[in-house]
Amino acid sequence: MSSQPRPTQRAGPSVSTTVTEEPPLLAVDNLHTTFTTERGDVPAVDGVSFAINEGEVFGIVGESGSGKSVTALSLLGLADGATVTADRLCFRDEDLLAKDEAALREIRGNDISMIFQDPMSSLNPVMTVGEQIAEVVRHHGDVGESQSLFAELRRKYVTGTSESSASWQRAVELLDTVGIPDPADRANEYPHQLSGGMKQRVMIAQALAGDPDLIIADEPTTALDVTIEAQILNELLDLRDEFGVSIMLITHDLAVVRETCDRVAVMYAGEMMETADTRTLFEDPRHPYTRGLIDSIPRTDDDREWLDAIEGNVPDPTAKPQGCPFRTRCDAAFSLCEEPLVAYSAEEPGHRTWCHLYNDAVANDGDEVQRVDDAEAKQLIQEHEASDDLVTPQRPNFGGEYR
Amino acid sequence: MSVSDLVESAFSGSSESGKTFGIRSDLLERFIKTIRRDLRAKIGFLVVALFGLSAIFAPMLAPYDPMSQQFPILMPPDPLSANPLGTDSFGRDLLSRLMYGARISLAVGLGAVTFGAVLGILIGLFAGYYGGYIDDLLMRAVDVMWAFPWLLIAIMLVAIFGQGFWNVMVAIGFAYIDDFARLARGEVLAIREEEYTMAAKSVGLEDYEIIFEEVFPNTVAPLIVQFTIFTARAILAESTLSFLGLGVKPTTPTWGALLGQGRGFITQAWWISIIPGIAIMVTVLGINLFGDALRDAFDVKETGQT
Repeated sequence: MSSQPRPTQRAGPSVSTTVTEEPPLLAVDNLHTTFTTERGDVPAVDGVSFAINEGEVFGIVGESGSGKSVTALSLLGLADGATVTADRLCFRDEDLLAKDEAALREIRGNDISMIFQDPMSSLNPVMTVGEQIAEVVRHHGDVGESQSLFAELRRKYVTGTSESSASWQRAVELLDTVGIPDPADRANEYPHQLSGGMKQRVMIAQALAGDPDLIIADEPTTALDVTIEAQILNELLDLRDEFGVSIMLITHDLAVVRETCDRVAVMYAGEMMETADTRTLFEDPRHPYTRGLIDSIPRTDDDREWLDAIEGNVPDPTAKPQGCPFRTRCDAAFSLCEEPLVAYSAEEPGHRTWCHLYNDAVANDGDEVQRVDDAEAKQLIQEHEASDDLVTPQRPNFGGEYR
Repeated sequence: MSVSDLVESAFSGSSESGKTFGIRSDLLERFIKTIRRDLRAKIGFLVVALFGLSAIFAPMLAPYDPMSQQFPILMPPDPLSANPLGTDSFGRDLLSRLMYGARISLAVGLGAVTFGAVLGILIGLFAGYYGGYIDDLLMRAVDVMWAFPWLLIAIMLVAIFGQGFWNVMVAIGFAYIDDFARLARGEVLAIREEEYTMAAKSVGLEDYEIIFEEVFPNTVAPLIVQFTIFTARAILAESTLSFLGLGVKPTTPTWGALLGQGRGFITQAWWISIIPGIAIMVTVLGINLFGDALRDAFDVKETGQT
């Protein structure tokens, strides 16, 4: 396992750089989430594998509809109406797929909690924020307050949570932790009285209330403006440093990934395209899609008149082509692209690319891609498939600059 | 000193910040605020308080026994006489009968709607939240009730179980189950899709907790309006049943019964029918206005200037 320090100035103290063979916090192997609709089965997540280590910020990046959010919901068993299968879906070596609803509820909030995209709509508008956090505190922590339905209803509709109770004080403390000024007063306010950034901080406080080990942040800053975005992201990173929580950061913004994540997975149309530690991904992007994404980021030293956008759209998930889903938009597409995707490992440990360009039997001079040996290529694909994606650390014959 | 000031001073001796007498002060504050600034809310509050109190304390406040036939019959109303609202055809004091009648009419009205609301809202919450088969099963059962006019159901239930306070209450309330179920379900369908429901799930709350603690508070506003409108309707319904002789007990004074008894004398003694009629009308109006004030108190955003 590899945990590279983040390539930023921020210190990442809790990131373990020692080579210990402890299992990852979250291991996902070959995750499939399929929605059954009237138009047929929609494979929203189609064979995704990744692992998140303790104290790590793991980014999942991809454009809209690439299955990032569904991946997150699948982990928590919240993908309503979907069939979720996986070879492995383990949190701390506990199989999440084998758990029933009650056991999953124990996981949610306690071990894994989630921050949603739109803070405007993810707080209950008719309850004070303190009330909402205190409820979660009672639900997960042992604060010695009655949690019977009657007691909760009494709190909610009649008395409110007492300000001297442990759960309320913990809620105020949490609001303080996430950097809300005057937390004791703010706790008595309703969501509509807070700004968007404040609300997202409240969401983070609520996510922290159960003292989780993993926080899934589903585009936590998309609905916020850029200055607030930086604050919220820094807040998340501070929490990682302070409490050692792992963060799975879902975003469509590679710039955010570069600033915050230790490792990244790039998703497209429900499939993994490339995964690597952040520095490697930006310095040596191997997948044409990753290159496209990086090229479409505006730069300060840009002399381009137009940004290099990737033409076209994500394929209709009901009619996804076999093989690489990106090949219809890929400049480097060639005949092997219709073969089922397998991962090719690069020199850097943990850098894997799901692209047949890196098949040893393929020659690429930068302009033209050729299949050198058809039979060998197919055989290699089968070998990669059978070997569980983990072999061939050898760098393939990638010649020249791919632009 | 206005009534609302009195109410405010009565409730503002608070100790712990944020709570008054252990009641969420924000609700109370918004309620008092609404009453202070809104004339209609004031009227509603006054009417409900006046009729409610006179009903509760009728045995103490009523000048005479409502059943005793001690006065000359068919005396017209005269504010300065012993019978300010006149007497009926048996020489009974109408004011006393009206006050005792309020007990039954208001209690049946509130009780019937509470019965219908509790059952209906429960059905609606579960049907809306779970959807699918549960929704189909519950809502089709509720739809069946739509096929019967409420009066027929009420008559049937009273015919089967007999007259009496509780039976009449259930008979009237039964007809309101479907309306509450439908309204609650509609609200839940929208709220179920809100992100805060998903957020509640993601922190590990159970379904029943989400239904009663997260979803239901957001459905309260329209349900309160429905509740007050139906309370008014239930009072009318009780009057209708009493008028038809299917009410609580033929001799018990209720507003509907009073109105019905006066029917035969409408040409000689208009007041026997008209005065209970006015009482019903004013109460219904007052309850509706009161309900609007309540709804505003539950609206945390305080956007709706009433």
